Amino acid sequence: MSTVLKTESITMRFGGVTAVNELKLNIEEHKIVALIGPNGAGKTTAFNMITGVYTPTEGKVKYTAPGKDEVDITGKRPSDIAKMGIARTFQNIRLFKDLSVYENVMIAKHLHLKSDVFSATLHLPWYNAEQREMEKDVEELLRKVDLWELRNEKASSLPYGQQRRLEIVRALATGPKLLLLDEPAAGMNPKETAELTEFIRQIRDEYNLTIFMIEHHMDLVMEISDWIYVLDFGMEIAQGTPADIQNNTRVIEAYLGVDEDA
Amino acid sequence: MKNKRDILLTVAGLVVLFGAACYAQFEMGSYVRRIINLCLIYAIIGLSMNLTNGFAGQFSLGQAGFMAVGAYVVGIFTVPVELRPNVFYAEPMNPLIADIQMPLWLAQLVGGLLSALIAFLIGWPVLRLRGDYLAIATLGFSEIIRIVITNAQSWTNGALGIKDIPALNDVRYIFIATAITFLFVTCLINSSYGRAFKAIREDEIAAEAMGVGLFKHKCMAFMISAFFAGIGGGLYATLLGTVDPKNFLFTLTYNFLLIIVLGGMGSITGSMLGSIIVTAGLEYLRVFDEPLELFGMAIPLFRPGFRMVIFSVLLMACVLFWRKGIMGTNEFTWEKFMAFCKNPVKYFTQKGAN
Repeated sequence: MSTVLKTESITMRFGGVTAVNELKLNIEEHKIVALIGPNGAGKTTAFNMITGVYTPTEGKVKYTAPGKDEVDITGKRPSDIAKMGIARTFQNIRLFKDLSVYENVMIAKHLHLKSDVFSATLHLPWYNAEQREMEKDVEELLRKVDLWELRNEKASSLPYGQQRRLEIVRALATGPKLLLLDEPAAGMNPKETAELTEFIRQIRDEYNLTIFMIEHHMDLVMEISDWIYVLDFGMEIAQGTPADIQNNTRVIEAYLGVDEDA
Repeated sequence: MKNKRDILLTVAGLVVLFGAACYAQFEMGSYVRRIINLCLIYAIIGLSMNLTNGFAGQFSLGQAGFMAVGAYVVGIFTVPVELRPNVFYAEPMNPLIADIQMPLWLAQLVGGLLSALIAFLIGWPVLRLRGDYLAIATLGFSEIIRIVITNAQSWTNGALGIKDIPALNDVRYIFIATAITFLFVTCLINSSYGRAFKAIREDEIAAEAMGVGLFKHKCMAFMISAFFAGIGGGLYATLLGTVDPKNFLFTLTYNFLLIIVLGGMGSITGSMLGSIIVTAGLEYLRVFDEPLELFGMAIPLFRPGFRMVIFSVLLMACVLFWRKGIMGTNEFTWEKFMAFCKNPVKYFTQKGAN
């Protein structure tokens, strides 16, 4: 198995606060990897460093697209990182609220557009060909995830679970190799969570993705993860398979606290 | 413009309007034509401003500056060479440009391109700012452009302004320029780039994470907007027949802000409507500026300036009833138009139900 993403001791300091300290991740192709940890452990900060929202104070992020050479993506712009094949969702849903479901997904296709702005405006033949291609892909994708019927709805008018789903679909439309999900099951009931679990597996297989996710729902994490990293106060305190993590005393301490009398 | 029928109808609509423009040109007095022309020019600049402010969501207040660039290029290059010594009497024109004369369309194009270039230079540092900061910075730059123009005496005749610009009060010409702007902006917004602009407006962080390069797209919107502001400015110069730095005070920008807010930020047809309402409205409210006598009694409030009071009240009423402007982010579509024609009552009751 080849590595898709590797972080070399990335550290993020905000003033005096070290949000993430020398984090080393190694994410292998076609795996579902989870990043867990109590609130404020630095999970989202780690995501932001990988996707270019923050430039790590120290350390490097290296990405290897399948079949390509390893590239250093530290400090690159989020849009360039997205073009290389890393897509993400957000902890607090960030859809384009006033736009339709269809437009939301179409926007994600924009990054592969080759035509310049003038041929696009004048709708020249090569742009139209690209546009038709995009429309076809988006239709196929939306049909596959059962959102086609809702395509003309405003994104903000969808029920919560569907919005989460749409955000994942939008990320998928960018054609990623690595998909980062920031708490995909946040605020979902057990039934929705079960559906989501199935959905994540399904897209992983169908689009041949590697998935890296932050999640708090332990049943979801334990069920689908191949590998788990645990963060606490910015430091990695454990990593391993779900079974290892469940029995790791340091993880249990971090989540439940230590009995001081013991 | 989804299908053939809509495209045909739009073309037909434009032809009919062009017919109306020809009619206005030959049959109407120069005062009415002037108002129509002003509406059309304001529509061009309103559209250009809506592109950055309404669609790309960047609160820019530099429109007056970009207009000034377009207006001055037209002013400098269309004044006939033999009249120039009269115009530039205080300080002779710079010999580099003293003998260059261009036809109006070429001068306009040059003005638009120069505007876009300046937008690029300004945009480089300024477009990294957001919200209010961007507004303040663009406002500042628009004043800088005006002050540079005031002081580059041998190029622009400074504070004296340029007169003797061949006046053009031709509805047809200005109509065609407006139609081209309208079609260009509509096609742009309906393309993938238009969607990218909207994505930036909705959520910059998400747009960037989806691969929309923020700076590139903002710059693009800003430059295209400046280009059309330049074109509109050029037309404004020919309509007035003179340009003067004082025409392009930053307060001018607020006219267009008013137009796009009233029409609806993010609506092309809204901007067109807004420009007509604001321009024509201000003209036809002039009755309130005239003293009025009823039954031999002078009505006290009717005096110069009263129309602005009425206009402000009307605006407040508009904004109260339509929070997002008259059109919001909706557009006029032929589908809605037909539904309306078939059954106006049902159209509105159904709309109310939604």
